[in-house]
Amino acid sequence: MNWDASLLWQFDVLIITMVILCAVAALTVRDLVSCAIIGGAYSFLMCLLWTEMLAVDVAFTEAAVGAGVSTVLLLGTALHIKRKSKD
Amino acid sequence: MADFLPYIVAKYNYWAALVLLLIGLYGMIAKNNLLKKVIAMSIFQSAIILFYVSMGDKKGSTIPILLHGHGEHGALAIDPSQYANPLPHVLMLTAIVVGVSTLGVALAVLQKIHRVHGTIEEDEILESIEE
Amino acid sequence: MKKIALLITLAVGALLILAAEDFPRWGDAHAPANDYLSPYYIEKSLEETAVPNIVTAVLADYRGYDTMFETTVIFCAGITVLTLLRRTQRKAPKAVRPRPARQGADVILQSASRLLVPVMQIFALYVLALGHHSPGGGFQAGVILGASFILLALSYDLKTMLARLSENTLLRLSALGVIIYAGIGALCLLLGDNFLAYAALKVFGFSEVMAHSHGILGVELGVAVTVMAIMFSLYVDLASGGDLDEGL
Repeated sequence: MNWDASLLWQFDVLIITMVILCAVAALTVRDLVSCAIIGGAYSFLMCLLWTEMLAVDVAFTEAAVGAGVSTVLLLGTALHIKRKSKD
Repeated sequence: MADFLPYIVAKYNYWAALVLLLIGLYGMIAKNNLLKKVIAMSIFQSAIILFYVSMGDKKGSTIPILLHGHGEHGALAIDPSQYANPLPHVLMLTAIVVGVSTLGVALAVLQKIHRVHGTIEEDEILESIEE
Repeated sequence: MKKIALLITLAVGALLILAAEDFPRWGDAHAPANDYLSPYYIEKSLEETAVPNIVTAVLADYRGYDTMFETTVIFCAGITVLTLLRRTQRKAPKAVRPRPARQGADVILQSASRLLVPVMQIFALYVLALGHHSPGGGFQAGVILGASFILLALSYDLKTMLARLSENTLLRLSALGVIIYAGIGALCLLLGDNFLAYAALKVFGFSEVMAHSHGILGVELGVAVTVMAIMFSLYVDLASGGDLDEGL
């Protein structure tokens, strides 16, 4: 078994599972505001994954951009249009 | 089956990127709401970033910031296999920031569509165009 | 439509699974991606630029053109959002949707953000200045600075914030960042070297290596200014729907 490429594989598998769950949830939830918030959680988990893959600069950028600014932009748009989605 | 499982396990970073990429692709094609399509696009994008970043990871290495490196005369002998590959990090760093500005443009187009048609559901927009 | 989408997704998935067989194992130090160019950067960047953070050195020095045009892309995106959404008063027939007006001031939120914003801005400058030695640099510093303005606009309101940092100022700042970046490149050109070859800056009294280091810092400053102005202007336009009257 060759798990040891990463620092802690249990952590890795946990984060990957949660990232995939967040991605599915963000696309299935009907309320667009919750969709934006789940997108923020997705970005933050992705940032953890990248820290663990030793890409600290990328993780820093993602924490500031993905979890911060783009969530606010999505929220701003979601509040300007009809909040409920059909699918 | 005996060598199938190690094969799956040794490349689980690729499988994670693959699953996220397919979720994004499916969302971009099948979702009816345009905001959902935009979110699917950013999931697709981060799957590709995940793929690149995981390519730069080396077993037993550390972050790409040199130890004992301050000022002009810091460098000891540097072994490249001790540091993660910095090149994918550089490419993806700029990709993330450009990604948020394209997200901004996509959301602006979306608000403009809502202003003209009053909806962002794909089928209703098509109906509104045909009228 | 859903069935076609599922079919396409499965086909792409099958193709990628086939292709994954040829990928190197994860963590292989001698994978093709790790073997050709990047050892050069790891070995030489400190020697040539005096920047221990290899990512910063490659970003702003070896791949300087790339970063310059990424900054230009961000600038263009900001301008595009502005031209798409901005409505002046006489063109706007009616508000999209009436929203309940804010009543009074939220004391806790406003006091907390008043304490938080200076810390955020100092931290952003720290991230910018320490990008040579630790994770950080122009992009991150710009985003944190922009986020501090967004926090102010969220906790007070958009008009208060725009009275201090008007739309015109934002546009000028975003252009200024690109000009700083391209200006440093052009300065190198004027001093008789190639565009963005920071070694030419040694006429200001640095050694050649430190000229690279200071050139990187100047370029990162330009990136930070543009990113900050564009992040805030994206928020202003998107959250108010182009009217600039009220944010979230």
